[in-house]
Amino acid sequence: MSTAEITEEHNDVVHDHPSDSKYFQIALILGVLTALEVATYYVDIGPVLIPVLMVMMVVKFFIVAAWFMHLRFDNSLFTKFFVGGLVLAVAVYVIALSTFEFWSKG
Amino acid sequence: MSHNKLAMWVFLGSECLLFGALISTYLVYRGRFATGPAPGDIFDIPFTSVSSFVLLMSSLTMVLALSAIKRGDLRNNRLWLLTTALLGSLFIGGQVYEFTTFFREGLGYTTSPFSSAFFTLTGFHGVHVSLGILMLMSMFISSLRGSLRKEHSETVEIIGLYWHFVDIVWIFIFTVIYLVPSPTS
Repeated sequence: MSTAEITEEHNDVVHDHPSDSKYFQIALILGVLTALEVATYYVDIGPVLIPVLMVMMVVKFFIVAAWFMHLRFDNSLFTKFFVGGLVLAVAVYVIALSTFEFWSKG
Repeated sequence: MSHNKLAMWVFLGSECLLFGALISTYLVYRGRFATGPAPGDIFDIPFTSVSSFVLLMSSLTMVLALSAIKRGDLRNNRLWLLTTALLGSLFIGGQVYEFTTFFREGLGYTTSPFSSAFFTLTGFHGVHVSLGILMLMSMFISSLRGSLRKEHSETVEIIGLYWHFVDIVWIFIFTVIYLVPSPTS
């Protein structure tokens, strides 16, 4: 039953977790994205380098959180607590970096 | 809803603030290396890329360990737990090698503000990975003793959440610290 869909019940909520083959597919996507990231070190793509790296980083982040950490399938309260911490951290440190004039220094 | 899982998610939310502070500190100080090597001169991107790939794949083996215990397949659960711990150890071995190489090239903890921020950030991450390896090995030993069974799958899931978080943090570190072009001397 290794490739079968696994169903888990928590009280009144039913979650379908992905099959093992799905996990392998997700890992393949993550591996390809990492290879593309590393390729930017060898291939000059000009001024779009940093935006492209940031997009790939965020996509990898969301894939791991949604599929491997099961946020896609679990209670939405877990997502709220995690995203809450993440948004708070980003807001606090964007302000902190601004006070150090980080953005104007490049 | 599992209270233990909720507690882990709250903890991971708070960890975002810890690593956010360390990454921000690094960004502020990465250009201050007058007394030592510059980040762009010392980073070995091909080597760190392999380490990153190893840690990324350990997330796959971790989720396979969870999948195995959920269907009562204890043998494969042990196999994937051990594989995850070994991949984590390989990552830590790579980090020790990297730190040793940097030290030999003149980059100590107090060489410059850049070096202090770099070693603090990557060192904290390494400690998190090491704690994860200890938790994985304790689960592996529990399984060998027969005290980790299908009904304990939530324990594997919660430790898995911690492990995936450590992987997510490295996704950030690898891009922001290593791949975004760094200052050179």
